[in-house]
Amino acid sequence: MAKTNAIGLTKADYKGAPSTLCQGCGHNSILSQIISALFEMNVVPEDVAKFSGIGCSSKAPTYMLSRSFGFNGLHGRMPPLATGALVADPTIKGIGMSGDGDTASIGMGHFKHIIRRNVPLVYIVANNGVYGLTKGQFSATADKGLRLKRQGENPYMPIDICMEALASNATFVARTFAGDPKQVKTLLKAAYHHKGLAVIDIISPCVTFNNQPESRYSYSWAKDHEAALHQIDFVPPREEIWLDKGMEPGEARTIRLHDGSAIVLKQVAADYDPTDRFGAIKAIEESYAQNVLLTGLLYIDPEAPNLYEILNLPDEPLNRLTPDRLRPTPEQLAEVNASLFGA
Amino acid sequence: MSESLSQPASAAARSEVVNDFSITVGTINGTGSQTSNLTILRALFKMGIPVSGKNLFPSNIQGLPTWYTIRVSKEGFIARRDRHEIVVAMNPATIDDDLAMLMPGGAFFYADHLRPRQMRDDVVAYPMPARKLARESGAPPKLRDYVANMVYVGVLAHMLGIDLEAIHEALRYHFHGKASATDLNFKVVQMAAEWAAENLEKQDPFRVEPMEATRGLILEDGNEALALGALFGGLQFLAWYPITPASSVAETINQYIPKLRRDPVTKKHTVASIQAEDELAAINMAIGAGWAGLRAMTSTSGPGISLMAEAVGLAYYAEVPVVLVDVQRVGPSTGLPTRTQQGDITFTYFLSHGDTEHIMLFPANINEAFEYGWRALDIAERLQAPIFVLMDLDLGMNHWMGQPFEYPDQPMDRGKVLWEEDLKKWAEEGRRWCRYEDVDGDGVPYRTVMGNRYPGAAYFTRGTGHDECARYSEDPDVWVRINQRIKKKYHLGRKYLPKPVLDTMDDAQVGIIAYGSTDPAIVEARHILLHEHHLPTDYLRVRAVPFHDEVGDFIAAHEVVYVVEANRDGQMAQLLRMAYPELAGRIVSHSRSDGLPLTAEWVVSGIQK
Ligand SMILES: Cc1ncc(C[n+]2csc(CCOP(=O)(O)OP(=O)(O)O)c2C)c(N)n1
Ligand code: SF4
Ligand SMILES: [Mg+2]
Repeated sequence: MAKTNAIGLTKADYKGAPSTLCQGCGHNSILSQIISALFEMNVVPEDVAKFSGIGCSSKAPTYMLSRSFGFNGLHGRMPPLATGALVADPTIKGIGMSGDGDTASIGMGHFKHIIRRNVPLVYIVANNGVYGLTKGQFSATADKGLRLKRQGENPYMPIDICMEALASNATFVARTFAGDPKQVKTLLKAAYHHKGLAVIDIISPCVTFNNQPESRYSYSWAKDHEAALHQIDFVPPREEIWLDKGMEPGEARTIRLHDGSAIVLKQVAADYDPTDRFGAIKAIEESYAQNVLLTGLLYIDPEAPNLYEILNLPDEPLNRLTPDRLRPTPEQLAEVNASLFGA
Repeated sequence: MSESLSQPASAAARSEVVNDFSITVGTINGTGSQTSNLTILRALFKMGIPVSGKNLFPSNIQGLPTWYTIRVSKEGFIARRDRHEIVVAMNPATIDDDLAMLMPGGAFFYADHLRPRQMRDDVVAYPMPARKLARESGAPPKLRDYVANMVYVGVLAHMLGIDLEAIHEALRYHFHGKASATDLNFKVVQMAAEWAAENLEKQDPFRVEPMEATRGLILEDGNEALALGALFGGLQFLAWYPITPASSVAETINQYIPKLRRDPVTKKHTVASIQAEDELAAINMAIGAGWAGLRAMTSTSGPGISLMAEAVGLAYYAEVPVVLVDVQRVGPSTGLPTRTQQGDITFTYFLSHGDTEHIMLFPANINEAFEYGWRALDIAERLQAPIFVLMDLDLGMNHWMGQPFEYPDQPMDRGKVLWEEDLKKWAEEGRRWCRYEDVDGDGVPYRTVMGNRYPGAAYFTRGTGHDECARYSEDPDVWVRINQRIKKKYHLGRKYLPKPVLDTMDDAQVGIIAYGSTDPAIVEARHILLHEHHLPTDYLRVRAVPFHDEVGDFIAAHEVVYVVEANRDGQMAQLLRMAYPELAGRIVSHSRSDGLPLTAEWVVSGIQK
């Protein structure tokens, strides 16, 4: 019998249609980590909504959470689509799945602006440095100098998703690698419990178009060069935080999220402070100089108000308000009429 | 002291012209002249005289010439006119043009620091000491340009007989009862009126007299009307990006949310309003919201509609309710963005790639703007489709007389939405729910919305490529079936749209079809055709696309039907010929796009007498 979680569901309850992505595609590993994370956190699938743009990465939501509402929208437009939808019901958590083309090119403006609005959404960029679905063109995150079949050499500097997020004052910024499933899963859990927008840039190799060893987006390069900032644990709400045996309290840093859950970072990189935005930017810059793939929770501000608070919306779902709460009264119209310029 | 000239004076004395003329004011953009012009308009309206005001303004914040035309009409004709009986010139850059547009025998008021190159001798000219009075008013220097524009209000008040108390009320309204601003401006008006009484001798024939024709009416612009209508329609989500002439739709909504849409239970707001980063975002947000069960709207103009094309196709095929307000203007790019046009008819009708045809509503006055503000939300949810409300700059931004707004006469129609208890009932009755199944034979499927926790309520939405149960499918037969069902929904959905309005005359053989803001010009043109050319006409004002059967019947019943509209290519005529190919020979397009609201004279000019 399949293992059940605390709410009596099996992993199958979190799955979707069988994946049609290529065997070995990084996006598939991300999918299984999303499924595991939600299963382990005992999330009710009906409490989640999935959103995506267009691309192989954006197809991924079909292959998970068939019990959740989902909307596969337009190329680059996942952020506004999710924004509009999530306003309808604050009891729903959004998971947005995008690609590097979807986010860093056609949807770059929306990416920056959904960050400003701090929409309660886990914003995953499955980043492979290439356009998968349109068969292997350079994306805006591709390395300068990368050579691809039929594309020649990329003459442009890449865009760094995390850097862009930090520049826009994102309240949760993380980078991870599809080949590091444990870290992916833990960051997903933390992102899910973050009150606002959580950007996770996941290096997710495209085995068909951009997996040659010299590419920063290949499994082999990422594996060989991954430099994790810290070891990261997620402690769900109402659970006690236990530190590993023999560990001093000072060696770990606990970040409380709004719902009582916590992120525990056990220091690997010395003195990294994930609440220091400037420090995060500096760390990313340095990672390029050191030629490493820096992963982990780069930055977090767990308290910043999210879109619901900014818009002053009721706590209950807006889409369930009855007409009597939506249509002002005839007396109110009479007042409006009286206030207009009449003869 | 007036530089009056011999011969018109005697002519003036002979025949007075009461409550039947146009006043056109030429000023400099950004000098507060809008306050002065609105004050005159409102005061006349307050006196019971039918009026309309058209702001003919450049795309500019400060410095460029701008005109405002007030039509005073005892017969209630409120279309713009090309004839200018009274011209007020406050702008050195345009004074010669302003003088030239004045009709012979007209009255020319001008700031006395300006000099026309050559004064005409077939008009009456009145210089006004605008700067001097502004200085003497005690207004702080930075306000002097503004109050200088109040001088012409006072001079006109005296010379035409506009009631000063009506002006005072108009100012109080304009300044929201703020005493200091009202007093300062009114003081200048009084000073100017007194100055005119002492120094100007009336030599023109124009004056106003109180009437009772506007009692009980309001004076509003269409954008505000539509915004209020949407708030009374239970709007829950607005996303927009600033653009003239549409911005004031959203700005009005934002302004009224705290007053009208504070939840009686939680005291929080029941409308989410987001200024988006662009129109791509605005429409995608509105689609997300509509999909999730919110009454959603976006307001924009042609350039925004252009950007929304792809998303509108998505809403059409995913069957998402959403309202798009298009306050049409001339476009694209810069040049004439602040000029009016009915230029987006065919573009909007076909908007997006693939087979698409859209529902469009055409409000023709502020009361319809209010009504379609709420009704469009009902129609969108009823038909699960994007609904376009096609306004234009003339209706949206100019002040129109109308009845006080009427409370919606129908309960909110939320359409076919199934919540947990509905699905439970379906299950108990042994009925299966599938998102895109045509259960009722009207082409409109039942939908669930995000947040519905009933087992099986959730579905995955994509544009094309889904079967009746929203499962992924590229099966050719499925696609044909789904596509045809959407077409059926579109055509059967006509019954929810406002019917055309018919107005007939005895023995009319000639028909006129028009829509939207050109209505006043048509009404007046028909009057002229009847009385000056003995040509009776029938008039069908179309209020929605797709067309009701009445439209085809109307064309069939007339030998010739003129389709009158404010665009170059006769866009509505094109749609009509397409809808009624067998009647195409009777359809004559009479269209013009010059950036200005149509005049009755121009309408008459294209109709064979
Ligand atoms: C408006 C528009 N332009 C272009 C496309 C074609 N298109 C589909 S997927 C894609 C790129 C996707 O790249 P990415 O987001 O990196 O996803 P990946 O396939 O690499 O996971 C493009 C350009 C489209 N669907 N829509
Ligand atoms: S083409 Fe690349 S990105 Fe797309 S599914 Fe295959 S491996 Fe993944
Ligand atoms: Mg990619």
